[in-house]
Amino acid sequence: MTPVPLQGYLLIASILFCIGVWGLINSRNAVRVLMSIELMLNAVNINLMSFSSYLDGSLIRGQVFTVFVITVAAAEAAVGLAILISLYRNRTTVDMESFNLLKW
Amino acid sequence: MNIASSTEQICFLILGSVVILGALGVVLLKNIVYSAFLLGGVFMGVAGLYLLLNASFVAAAQVLVYVGAVNVLILFAIMLVNKKEELKQIKGLRTRKVLSGLVCTGLLFLLLRVDLTTNWNLPGPSAIGELSTERIGEHLFTDYLLPFEVASVLLLMAMIGAIVLARRDVLNTDIATGDSVDQNLIEKSNDPILLEQSSN
Repeated sequence: MTPVPLQGYLLIASILFCIGVWGLINSRNAVRVLMSIELMLNAVNINLMSFSSYLDGSLIRGQVFTVFVITVAAAEAAVGLAILISLYRNRTTVDMESFNLLKW
Repeated sequence: MNIASSTEQICFLILGSVVILGALGVVLLKNIVYSAFLLGGVFMGVAGLYLLLNASFVAAAQVLVYVGAVNVLILFAIMLVNKKEELKQIKGLRTRKVLSGLVCTGLLFLLLRVDLTTNWNLPGPSAIGELSTERIGEHLFTDYLLPFEVASVLLLMAMIGAIVLARRDVLNTDIATGDSVDQNLIEKSNDPILLEQSSN
């Protein structure tokens, strides 16, 4: 009996990514949109980690990429929440449908 | 089946279901505070999956950065903006949900087809174990040195940007006496330039 196949990890990552996309499109609350983006980034990280473990041997370049993705995700969360707070200060709402300043 | 691989499979199933159900809860629950705590659970489950993949360093980084920093930041943002508000009804919202659900299921089936039908040329997982931390360090200081430095500059820029964006403008002199104050800073009244536009 072999250990968990690579396809199992890819399956979880795919489902997680699709849940993230659905939440990104359908959330009314701006904080929930940021959470959905974090879910999608985590799905990509699972993909990178499983390929790194199963296909890359002992080089594990995928783990280094995951560390970089975690860095960028932390920066993205900080800037995103700062933008959200300054938006809330100007609009006093977090409803995504009311953020239409750049809509033409 | 020996006991190690069956334990691995049981752990994988538990962690996978925790991740999927937690993600569904994050997206679908009404109360956003519950969503934020479930998001922490999802992050912990993903860290467990990393441990199953022989990556202890990345699992620790995931717990530190995601659960310790990002999730706490999201909780603080929820506390700052959490106000009971009646969202305006928008016509066609249900249609939009169904349509985007169909699109996402289509994307899911596409991804699953690629996952399951491709013949991955597998050497199999290599038991690198505790050596992975040393390997990541070697990578970061040899062939990935430039991205490493760029990431540090990116973090600095993000920190300054977040401070500038979220800062409140304050008066640094007392209104009545004209003395400079360093405590009890009075917030400037910010122009409600966007407020009247948002009402229409």
